[in-house]
Amino acid sequence: MAMTLAASAEDTEDTREAAPGPTYDLDRVRADFPILAQKVHGRPLVYLDNAASTQKPRAVMDAIAACYGEYYANVERGVHTLSQRSTAAREGAREAVRRFLNAPSAEEVVFVRGTTEAINLVAASWGRRHVGPGDEVLITELEHHSNIVPWQLLCEERGALLRVAPIDDRGEVILEELDRLLSPRTRLVAVAHVSNALGTVNPVREIAARAHEAGAVVLVDGAQAAPHLRVDVQALGCDFYAFSGHKVYGPSGIGALWGRRELLEAMPPWQGGGGMIRTVSFAGTTYAPPPHRFEAGTPAIEAAVGFGAALNYLTALGLPAVGAWEAELLALATERMAAVPGLRLIGTAKEKAAVLSFTLERIHPHDVGTVLDREGIAVRAGHHCAQPVMERFGVPATTRASFGLYNTREEVEALVAALHRARKLFG
Amino acid sequence: MITSMNDLRDLYQEVILDHNRQPRNFGPLATASHRAEGSNPLCGDKVTVLLDLDAGRIRDIAFQGAGCAISTASASLMTEALKGQTVEDARRLFHVFHDLLTTGDIRDREGSPELGKLAVFTGVREYPMRVKCATLAWHTLIAALDQKQDQPVSTE
Repeated sequence: MAMTLAASAEDTEDTREAAPGPTYDLDRVRADFPILAQKVHGRPLVYLDNAASTQKPRAVMDAIAACYGEYYANVERGVHTLSQRSTAAREGAREAVRRFLNAPSAEEVVFVRGTTEAINLVAASWGRRHVGPGDEVLITELEHHSNIVPWQLLCEERGALLRVAPIDDRGEVILEELDRLLSPRTRLVAVAHVSNALGTVNPVREIAARAHEAGAVVLVDGAQAAPHLRVDVQALGCDFYAFSGHKVYGPSGIGALWGRRELLEAMPPWQGGGGMIRTVSFAGTTYAPPPHRFEAGTPAIEAAVGFGAALNYLTALGLPAVGAWEAELLALATERMAAVPGLRLIGTAKEKAAVLSFTLERIHPHDVGTVLDREGIAVRAGHHCAQPVMERFGVPATTRASFGLYNTREEVEALVAALHRARKLFG
Repeated sequence: MITSMNDLRDLYQEVILDHNRQPRNFGPLATASHRAEGSNPLCGDKVTVLLDLDAGRIRDIAFQGAGCAISTASASLMTEALKGQTVEDARRLFHVFHDLLTTGDIRDREGSPELGKLAVFTGVREYPMRVKCATLAWHTLIAALDQKQDQPVSTE
């Protein structure tokens, strides 16, 4: 992944002078997102909170509207036409996820509410069966709370130990330390593909190879990677990959867990109900094969359809093109922000995705957030559900600007200008 | 641009900016008889309010901690307003201040101490997400006052 990213950054470098801007038509793309064309506090909206959630293109809204307006019914169990169409549409979205991840089979794609639920599913199902007293789960210091707490709960319940590979001052995982912590007791390594608080792109392929050598299974939290770089689960060599619909320009309340077939097949259900069984009797119940074994109850049908539409939209633009444009915005913002007095970037890894976390000397992030909001600029201020990261860098919180495929150079300039004004106000 | 900065001046009044830059009564209080710690887990703001109470009166007051401009200035102005006041008046002022931020009602209650400089927080009401910043120190004050008189001050 890192290689792909570096290559696209170079492409961008080569073409910057000749043809600045993305390879796609930014005005047309922005027109696909009706929410962007509004004013906030009398100023044009500058939406830079994409790492928290992304806005939705018309294609996603249309797909959801078509589901409701044309063929909606419950899925899987109906013999009538609408049920079959609904089922086909949802399974079409599953196939879209498979393509998006380059997974070998759509049967390895489980629909979930989001990345958090995907990780909890693996902890509850795979974890309870494979992690026992004295075993270890290894994570890194830069994880989001959703890739920490499920493992804490599991380890507490099973008498296992949670190990944490530290990061360095740039926000990169120290691989030698990770090596040191890997042992025959390590059952699972859970790692973010991209850090939500720092933007660091982790060398997941490398980490997975080392973990496998130690006999551990590898889960990748891809929530922050999927919108920015092409994910190929086979090339990464991981065992589970989780991501969320709402961060890839799709609906909230939907996401996907990809798992290696042999692992999923050996995993017990984690929730019981309709749709996940083969036969039910009071003498004993047998379960459906994956993915349905892990999808009890009526699912989020229209959200799955919207999710598929979002992935198709993103794929049509091309993730290399999106990633290259975002890398250009990130480079511009990084350069401009270096000129803001008292600004400290938190997270300066060599490989970064479109996240800029920073502090301003003597100005609290919440004050920065309020000042920017009055300028129509939406950013996140806080600990970003990554309190250990904040502690590592000795800050209570940061302000985070995160870019998406529709952001512009002018928006970066607006952000930087507003930061200069914030300094003046509080100076 | 100019409009939005003027707009912001309603929130970040000069008095607030000044107390954020140079908080008053900030630091330890050797004679403290009461203390309480308050925090806002969502944004990470932390404040400790220290009181030296004597015969139902706040003889001295100080605060420590780290937070945004609104919470720092609020704590600072609170200590200025309360030094020398009776505990009863401090509790009344808490309610007056709370009403100011939540309902915008700035008429002083009958018999209550006057808001005085605390009225600079009127603009916070327009920023619902920031009301909790302005009230953190005050809630912590009430927690400190509710401490039993003979309870030793924790020094951890």
